[in-house]
Amino acid sequence: MMSKRLGRLLPWRSAMAVLALSTASTCFAVSQIDTFEFSNEIQERRYRALIDEFRCPKCLNTNLAGSDAPIAQDLRKVVYRLVVIDAMTDQEVRDYLQVRYGDFVLYAPPFNSRTWYIWIVPIGLGVLGVFVILGLQRRVARQQTGLDPAQQARLQNILQERSTADSSSAGDGHKHSETER
Amino acid sequence: MSRASLFVPLGVFVVILTLGYVGFDLGARSELPSALMNKPFPEFNARLLGRQEQSISRDDLLGRPTLVNVWATWCPTCLSEHEQLMRIAATTDVQIVGVNYKDRPDQALQWLAQFGNPYRWVLDDRDGLLGIEMGVYGAPETFLLDAQGQVVYKRVGDINPRIWRSELAPRLLELGVRIDAAQSSGVEKH
Repeated sequence: MMSKRLGRLLPWRSAMAVLALSTASTCFAVSQIDTFEFSNEIQERRYRALIDEFRCPKCLNTNLAGSDAPIAQDLRKVVYRLVVIDAMTDQEVRDYLQVRYGDFVLYAPPFNSRTWYIWIVPIGLGVLGVFVILGLQRRVARQQTGLDPAQQARLQNILQERSTADSSSAGDGHKHSETER
Repeated sequence: MSRASLFVPLGVFVVILTLGYVGFDLGARSELPSALMNKPFPEFNARLLGRQEQSISRDDLLGRPTLVNVWATWCPTCLSEHEQLMRIAATTDVQIVGVNYKDRPDQALQWLAQFGNPYRWVLDDRDGLLGIEMGVYGAPETFLLDAQGQVVYKRVGDINPRIWRSELAPRLLELGVRIDAAQSSGVEKH
């Protein structure tokens, strides 16, 4: 009886354990809580904005604020020190981290010989899209003017016939089909 | 619309697929390019492991090629590369300096006593601050400095026989490091 119950529980338990372990060990996008003290609110806001802005060097795609990787914890301490104790400006903090960890830590990469295509490709695709839309519109416009004046007049006639036929309730089906021809 | 243009969406799809495969390939990102590459090694002043009264600075590394190896006892890969580091220390005249990164000094000293010490100096970086100066984000990481203190090569991950043969040994030879024949067998000389 006991073992049967245990057998039922075990798969469930182990599934929970695997889930707990996997969420604990990955860089999950849940804000990490550190116990830092700030002398004023502006300092704290700047600190939070900065750790939101930088990318954790260890994780594939998490910012410093959301990562529990050891290096992210260390870098949060560094950002805290730079902001609160060294009283650096935001740009100075950015430069400090970029010098050490490269463009990788910046979510907004600079425009240079290595990164130009990141900036150019979306703009290029946008321009390409505009050309495609213009081309499609021109094609539609060409199709609309494919009728000569006599055909246009006949088309107008047909449309008018139809709308009067529609409005006179049931209308005359025989006449209708004749005009269309 | 011609029949051939019906295949345009397929072409676009294949292009996107290719870009995605290249761009999101996990292996391609495992090594973060070092910001220090071809730049001078940062200034530092660090205490020696187990000899707190003694410290060395960047100037002490200059004058000859140096391997700076970041390691810790909590890092299993560091243990697996240790044998190769011992071999490099025994068969070449390159200077190897260890950075004991975010570790407990007593454990680190015991580790060196047990597995051997390939380092000329081991720097005590228990709080990881020197690591941050170097742009380290894990262990092991290894930097190769030329005699002027420029970083000419960085390896994220272990120094294994394959990396030694294909990447490290040729660069050491280029810097004029003497490598014993026993060790250099299999190294392509340029």
